[in-house]
Amino acid sequence: MSDPKTTVDAKGQSCPMPVLMTAKAAKELAPGETMLIEATDNGARSDIPAWVEQTGNELIESSEDAGVMRFLVRKK
Amino acid sequence: MTDNHVNTEPESMTIIAFSGDLDKLWPTMILSSTAAANGMDVTVFYTFWGLFPLVKDDVRITGYDAMTKMLAGMNAPGMKKAKLSKMEMGGMGHWMMRKVAKKNNLMPPEDLFEMAKDMGVHMWPCQMTMDLLGIEPDQMVDGLGDPVGAATALKKMANSNISLFI
Repeated sequence: MSDPKTTVDAKGQSCPMPVLMTAKAAKELAPGETMLIEATDNGARSDIPAWVEQTGNELIESSEDAGVMRFLVRKK
Repeated sequence: MTDNHVNTEPESMTIIAFSGDLDKLWPTMILSSTAAANGMDVTVFYTFWGLFPLVKDDVRITGYDAMTKMLAGMNAPGMKKAKLSKMEMGGMGHWMMRKVAKKNNLMPPEDLFEMAKDMGVHMWPCQMTMDLLGIEPDQMVDGLGDPVGAATALKKMANSNISLFI
């Protein structure tokens, strides 16, 4: 897998910041490019996938390790 | 933001911000900014007590006579001065709530308001309430839409997927 174009560090941020930061970063991406979102807010576990679905982007993979959630998202 | 939707109008949300209380402003700002992040067309219509938070923080008092000035005094114009709807305890309530929010990295409503504006959320002040309470356009924060009335707000709500009264 190619490296993400950008990384959104939303660790320590509370709702709704992870989603707002993700949306802002997505604006800078060209279609097909990917970004990695890192969050620790428990709401992000469902919020990032919900944002991805609502905006018609693609969640390539998600993982969780030591309280940090990581989402790899491709812009459509 | 909306270019992800092919052949469809962006979904739309309208919030009637009726309350000027801190604990009501928070959900208004969280939902409006997040809806904009989701690619929705978002409008917030500020009416009655909801208008006071739009007054600049350095404007101490608004109104054109003793009674409207007194109303402004009781409602503390400016988003940073917003109080809690209950358990305000003479100023302790909102101070404690802001402390707790900061500790949990929850952005204050005035910051979320700025972000929402940057993301294209339409902020409409109610013309009638401005006249009623004597709030002048130059006393209000920058970046607001033109003042409108109930019919304009209703037209927007009629075309919205989500309409909320907060």
